[in-house]
Amino acid sequence: MIRVQREDFSPGTEIDRLYAGNSGIGGVAVFVGLVRDLNRGPVLRAMSLEHYPGMTERELTRIEDAARARWPLQDVLIIHRFGRLEPGDRIVLVAAAAAHRDDAFEACRFLIDLLKTEAPFWKHEETANGGHWVEARDTDAVAATRWSSSSPTAGNPGPSRPRHARDRG
Amino acid sequence: MTSVRILYFASVREHAGLSEETVMPPADVADVRSLVVWLRARGGRPGAALADLRHIRIAVNQAHASLDHAVGPDDEVAFFPPITGGRRQ
Repeated sequence: MIRVQREDFSPGTEIDRLYAGNSGIGGVAVFVGLVRDLNRGPVLRAMSLEHYPGMTERELTRIEDAARARWPLQDVLIIHRFGRLEPGDRIVLVAAAAAHRDDAFEACRFLIDLLKTEAPFWKHEETANGGHWVEARDTDAVAATRWSSSSPTAGNPGPSRPRHARDRG
Repeated sequence: MTSVRILYFASVREHAGLSEETVMPPADVADVRSLVVWLRARGGRPGAALADLRHIRIAVNQAHASLDHAVGPDDEVAFFPPITGGRRQ
């Protein structure tokens, strides 16, 4: 399932809820993204995440569907926040639950890589020198191409697709 | 063509000076490319915001789209910069 919200979330509570009552889950791989300050240039005071309501939910659902088509997952959870955030705040949680850890780890990485290039979020940073929009990074696009053989836009690869048939990373 | 809803996000919204508008392009506007040409010719800040498409991404009806994507009555077309979710530069 996916959620787009302004409020914070508790990773522990969310993970507990994800696997509660499902004894087919052998493990959950989780990625939690935070607002960080790289100490390059002026100190970051806050960051505002703008998004495209409606399209955001559609894109996140598409990314979840693509992961479920590729790995035998028991469950998927994506939570993405928007609005004004400060350094140290949680931005995003991605969790993939599977019977086996390889599927959970790989699906978790796939979900966050695609999310960064497909989900319509834009960052506006606020520093002592004023505000500015963050430019897209080429490394995000490179990370997403790791999975290009199963891009959500490429359609459902089908359950019989070999699990390790993806392009090299 | 009847009306088309246009949305602008992030830096494109700031350059355009508005977040959304409903426009009535002529019948020969059938895809995103011709819509952009028409919006530019109309002038004003939205047209100027679309002057350089190299740093603009497009969605039609809330799905990523190219300049060649068809645009029809009551469609929703969004213009925005490349996505930067999850990372600080």
